[in-house]
Amino acid sequence: MRKFVIQRVIAMLITLFIIATITFFLAKAIPGGPFTKEKAVPDAVLKNLERKYHFDDPLWKQYADYIISLAKGDLGPSFRYDALTVNDIVRKGFPVSALLGFVAILISLGLGLPAGIISAYKQNFWQDNFVMFFSILGISIPNFILATLFMYIFGLKLHIFNIAGWGRWQDVILPAVTLAAYPTAYIARLMRSSMLDVLSQDYIKTARSKGLSEYRVMIIHALKNALIPVVTYLGPLIAAIFTGSFIVERLFFIPGLGRYYVTSIYDRDYTVILGTTVFYAAFLIIANFVVDIIYAFLDPRITYSTEKIK
Amino acid sequence: MINEKELFEPVKTEEIEAKEYIRPSIGYWADAWRRLKKNKLALIGLYIIIVLIALAIFGPMVSVYEYDATNLNNVYAPISGSHWFGTDELGRDVFTRVLYGARISLAVGFVASFINLIIGVLYGGISGFMGGKVDNVMMRFVDILYGVPILLIVILLMVVLGPGLTNIFIALGIGYWVGMARIVRGQTLSLKEQEFTLAAKTLGASRTRILVRHIIPNAIGPIIVTATLLIPNAIFFEAFLSFIGLGVSAPVASWGVLASDGVRSFQSHPNLLFFPALFISITMLSFNFLGDGLRDALDPRQRK
Repeated sequence: MRKFVIQRVIAMLITLFIIATITFFLAKAIPGGPFTKEKAVPDAVLKNLERKYHFDDPLWKQYADYIISLAKGDLGPSFRYDALTVNDIVRKGFPVSALLGFVAILISLGLGLPAGIISAYKQNFWQDNFVMFFSILGISIPNFILATLFMYIFGLKLHIFNIAGWGRWQDVILPAVTLAAYPTAYIARLMRSSMLDVLSQDYIKTARSKGLSEYRVMIIHALKNALIPVVTYLGPLIAAIFTGSFIVERLFFIPGLGRYYVTSIYDRDYTVILGTTVFYAAFLIIANFVVDIIYAFLDPRITYSTEKIK
Repeated sequence: MINEKELFEPVKTEEIEAKEYIRPSIGYWADAWRRLKKNKLALIGLYIIIVLIALAIFGPMVSVYEYDATNLNNVYAPISGSHWFGTDELGRDVFTRVLYGARISLAVGFVASFINLIIGVLYGGISGFMGGKVDNVMMRFVDILYGVPILLIVILLMVVLGPGLTNIFIALGIGYWVGMARIVRGQTLSLKEQEFTLAAKTLGASRTRILVRHIIPNAIGPIIVTATLLIPNAIFFEAFLSFIGLGVSAPVASWGVLASDGVRSFQSHPNLLFFPALFISITMLSFNFLGDGLRDALDPRQRK
């Protein structure tokens, strides 16, 4: 296990390094720079700005400097928001996005898991068809459409929620439900198919023939093993949803991290592009790692010995 | 004493025919089609897709309006007999634009899925078939790609390449073949150990021939299912790119562009958002239903 952890940490660092490298050169390849705006900046000012941020250095030196400061955990200054460093942006935006993501994940687990279990238990009955129909619907409707639909119905017509904004607890609900739609549907489908898989196995038959109650068979015996695929999916899901969604945050005017992914690209705000991407990637990699560790607890058959079993 | 002969009656053997247990053998595709036909939702999906493709091809030809013809005397026209979906802020007929958008969106879906299919099948096939070190290196690379936030890389690529249909194909092609490669590799690993591969080898077939003629055709079920389910993903992704302003440029409009334009005025003219949104959702729904049905039909082992 220890060897596995060390190996994985090294692999994670290499992956992160590669991602930072790809993103760095892609960002630099975007035509234009952070100071090319509609209002032309005088040449002398531009020169000074470029010197201040070391844009006049050769590319390899900029790259080396960036990787070194990244290793120290410093994501650099923002070019667009003078007073802010990228670390500030992450520190301010991430809690907002994470809160929203947390609520969304609670919703999707709270609805998706029971829906999937019921669907598997009542396979091919109306309950199953009902859940499956709505889960395909949930997967098929793009989130920006769902968001505007919610804004239209609950904000504009029924006046239950504010159309957009952030600050009151009610403001979390619409964006969180929007974010939760896809994962809820996906988890329900995942849970159903893995539950069906598990329910067809012999040990379930044994449990039933022992005369255990259906509740015990389903919840104690089947659920634990059926959860494994869902846990796998949770890793990338948490990473994606906690780091903020551009569309949902823009539509609902939420001051999270999500909007920076795209606005920074438009602003040619290199450090913010890199910072948010690396942050997201790090989050994703760590989440996947944690998922692998959780596996070992859920399924004792999985061991992370490095020798292959022949 | 009972006469046993009265109790028993001799069976007339010639009258009873053995039950016919042999059914005519049906091929893989006929069998799949038979199973698909039973799945109503999948069939509905298939029919809707056929109708959508027909609308995309022929709709703009027969429509009385041009998709980019503006009419400033008739902006924001309500839904009426002459403008079925109303008109937009430049007086363009929304129905025609939605039909035209179907061309772009469906093209993106099919082409992106096809590119991913080619790259994924070749990469996964070669990796699984070669095995050993080659497989190790190739899969390590896939693992790294798997850890990369593809969405962000594709957005960056789109900015670097600039907006446009071809670049959407390229960005989606680069971004999304990883899943396909993994599935094909898994299939190949198990198929190459089977007897028919050995038979082909014994007959002196080259490795390329074994891979292309024997292994990939046998893995076609999961490949088709994955490719089908990739189509709605690509359509959604194009809509997403257009929504953030990186899609096709005006006056050409995909559903994503139309929806994103519609969002701006959805409080006053919800029909501008509603119709493109409806078409996106119906299309994605149909492909998902069809993909699900195909999975049950083509890949019975996965049947749930």
